[in-house]
Amino acid sequence: MTIAYSTELICFLILSAVIVSGSLAVVLLENIVYSAFLLGGVFMAVAGLYLLLNASFVAAAQILVYVGAVNVLILFAIMLVNKKEKLKPIEGLVTRKLLSGGICGGLLILLLRVSITTKWNLPGPTSIGEEATDRIGEHLFTDYLLPFELASILLLMAMIGAIVLARRDISSTEDEVKNLKNQKSLIEKKIPLLSENSLK
Amino acid sequence: MNSGIDLEMSFTQGIQNLGLPPEIAHLLWIPLPMLLVLVSAVIGVLVTVWLERKISAAAQQRIGPEYAGALGILQPIADGLKLLVKEDIIPARADSVLFTVGPILVLVPVILSWLIVPFGQHLLISNVGIGIFLWIALSSIQPIGLLMSGYSSNNKYSLLGGLRAAAQSISYEIPLALAVLAIVMMSNSLSTVDIVEQQNTAGLLSWNIWRQPVGFIIFWICALAECERLPFDLPEAEEELVAGYQTEYAGMKFALFYLAGYINLVLSALLVSVLYLGGWGFPISIDWFASLIGLSTNNPLVQIATASIGIVMTVLKAYLLVFLAILLRWTTPRVRIDQLLDLGWKFLLPISLVNLLLTASLKLAFPMTFGG
Repeated sequence: MTIAYSTELICFLILSAVIVSGSLAVVLLENIVYSAFLLGGVFMAVAGLYLLLNASFVAAAQILVYVGAVNVLILFAIMLVNKKEKLKPIEGLVTRKLLSGGICGGLLILLLRVSITTKWNLPGPTSIGEEATDRIGEHLFTDYLLPFELASILLLMAMIGAIVLARRDISSTEDEVKNLKNQKSLIEKKIPLLSENSLK
Repeated sequence: MNSGIDLEMSFTQGIQNLGLPPEIAHLLWIPLPMLLVLVSAVIGVLVTVWLERKISAAAQQRIGPEYAGALGILQPIADGLKLLVKEDIIPARADSVLFTVGPILVLVPVILSWLIVPFGQHLLISNVGIGIFLWIALSSIQPIGLLMSGYSSNNKYSLLGGLRAAAQSISYEIPLALAVLAIVMMSNSLSTVDIVEQQNTAGLLSWNIWRQPVGFIIFWICALAECERLPFDLPEAEEELVAGYQTEYAGMKFALFYLAGYINLVLSALLVSVLYLGGWGFPISIDWFASLIGLSTNNPLVQIATASIGIVMTVLKAYLLVFLAILLRWTTPRVRIDQLLDLGWKFLLPISLVNLLLTASLKLAFPMTFGG
């Protein structure tokens, strides 16, 4: 066994252990902030797996998109609305947990069976390494152009939707804000004190 | 093919002569350049701290540190030692695990990014193909550490500082990446070595700053914002937030933040010099000069001269930019958070998109000057 091979094997084992235990912890931990941080760790470990497969561009993109954008935004949202309140106890929580655990276990067994019975074509195609960046760009702008554009339109729709949802309240004119007598009636009408007009 | 000095070759040869297999020799070699870069990064920070103290003193008509060494040059070491021996305090109601991991998560990506900083043709740890993209990806990890430390301190100022840091860093990453993308488009490669080589075809005139003046300004503004330097130091605005996410930190953990901030500043300055100011390029071609006095480029003497000129040029350009950043810090007021976000989203983002589009069309129109 060469040093290169054994390093790869050790790295793979560590990364897989991190991914499996991390994702279990993401689901099972009570504290939502811990879950969010661990999710970042799981994403990084997945990027490590890509690195092991010699796909450095994909690994960097994984870190940039999932850790740098998705996870930071999740954390951001959690911390902005982080109220320490006791959630109402849900009826039949034990049965629900058992049920979802059973479904997850079934899915795991199914996937295991698939991965064992499939005849994998080993060793797979050799990785193209550094050339991958060019090839990804080529594919994105030729045969995968339509899915790429559709995905960006989907993201744009999500963004506009989020903006519409978030700014629903700020449609009142300045006169409306002035006519209201006091703070309470402002709250009742759901008009923020600092509407867009009053800022200017 | 290269018969000049190859330190790696001679080192591994030397180890193998001691009777060890080549793989072990390679393993022993790997940490050496990393250690060297780590040490130079820390020394760079010490120099920057000293410069910061001296220049701020000059800007405020004081003398600045004077007693520790000549011109106070040992002052940063004294600062570091002080932080090293200070008591490490974790607040009673803080989340001790996240409180400890936070500063590490801030520092490690910054140090890892030094992997791609070239000081010469072969003077970098690793010429990875994704080069500059690696830096962008790694610097996006930092806000998680900031959010972590802000949250775990259990202090409202810390949390606000952490949130501000994350918001700022997300908003300025996009124009930064777009400015880099314009450069990458011109040099047809993400690798920092290729980017510098492409700028060294005609000396001073082929630097990217002439072809990308807008990109240069965008990159510099965004780099300052990413480093949380004034005028963008809102996450630690001391008049508003005590010290932002650093409020509860003391001793070595605080030193990690401090170190990360300055390493990031030096790194950003180095990358500006690599991307826009021709990196290790010297206005006069050294190969030409060597052939003038009749020496081969593989002559050890010429190689050493080339390497030292490369290092000196890179560091000189970077420290000019560091000087600019320090001067900006001590002469400009801080922007408000809404101004900061307005600048990022409503000004820099559209401008950088236009810059990208313009670069693309210029590349199509003049493939000779804009990299075909």
